[in-house]
Amino acid sequence: MADGVKPRVKVPKTASAGDTITIKTLISHKMESGQRKDGDGNVIPRSIINRFTCDFNGQNVIDITLEAAISTNPYFEFQAIVPEAGEFKFTWYDDDGSVYEETKEISVS
Amino acid sequence: MELTRRSVLQLGAGILVVASVPLKAFAAGEDLIESFTGGADIAEGGVTLTAPEIAENGNTVPIEVDAPGASEILVMAMGNPTPNVATFKFGALSASHSASTRIRLAGTQEVVAIAKMQDGSFARASATVKVTIGGCGG
Repeated sequence: MADGVKPRVKVPKTASAGDTITIKTLISHKMESGQRKDGDGNVIPRSIINRFTCDFNGQNVIDITLEAAISTNPYFEFQAIVPEAGEFKFTWYDDDGSVYEETKEISVS
Repeated sequence: MELTRRSVLQLGAGILVVASVPLKAFAAGEDLIESFTGGADIAEGGVTLTAPEIAENGNTVPIEVDAPGASEILVMAMGNPTPNVATFKFGALSASHSASTRIRLAGTQEVVAIAKMQDGSFARASATVKVTIGGCGG
C-alpha cells in the first residue's frame, strides 16, 4: 500500500540542551493483519508497517519492531534527550518494501 | 441420529481439537518468551505495563510500557492468533525507556511485557484486559 500513507510527527521546536522531550508519531496505514477475510472467504494478505525507527543526528533513539497486532494508523509516543540542536529523522518500513521518511528540526536555546 | 460407537468417537475427537486450540496459542507465547530470554530467569517487577482493565473496542487498546534501565521490551498478547505484538529497542538518546502505542486484542486476555535490562537480566509484567468487541475481524 503506497497510496494514502501520511506520516505525522509532533516534536517541540525548541528545547534546552540536555532536555528530555516527548515525541508523538502517527502514520496513516491500514495495517492489514492477515487474519481478516473478504466477502468470498478469502484471506486478505498481510500488509503492515513492520519497523519504525527514530534517530537524532545519526544516533538512535528508538527502534520498534511492529507485528500484526499493532492497530490501524500506528501511533507511538516516547521520550528523547536533546544534547544539541539538530534533526530528528523518523523512518517507517512497509511490508511491500516502501520506506516513509519524515524529518523535524529542533533548535537549542 | 442414532448414537453409534463411530459417532461418539468422532464427537470426542472434535472436542479434543477445539480444546487444544487455545492451548496451542498459549504455547506459541511461551516459545516466544523462551527465544527472547534464551531460557534465562525472569524476575517480577522492574517493568511497568499500563493497560486498561476494560477495553470496549479490541481494535485499539492503548498500552504503555516503562522499564528504567531496559535495552529492549517485548510485548505480547497471549490470546491473539499471533502473540507477538511489538519489540521496543531503546537507543543511546532515549530518555525514559518508556513508550506507548495502541494494539489489537482478539478477546479478553493477558498482555505480557518482558524487559531485557542492560545488565542482561529480564523482568516481566502482565495485565489482564477485558475486551468487549474483539479486534481480529473474522
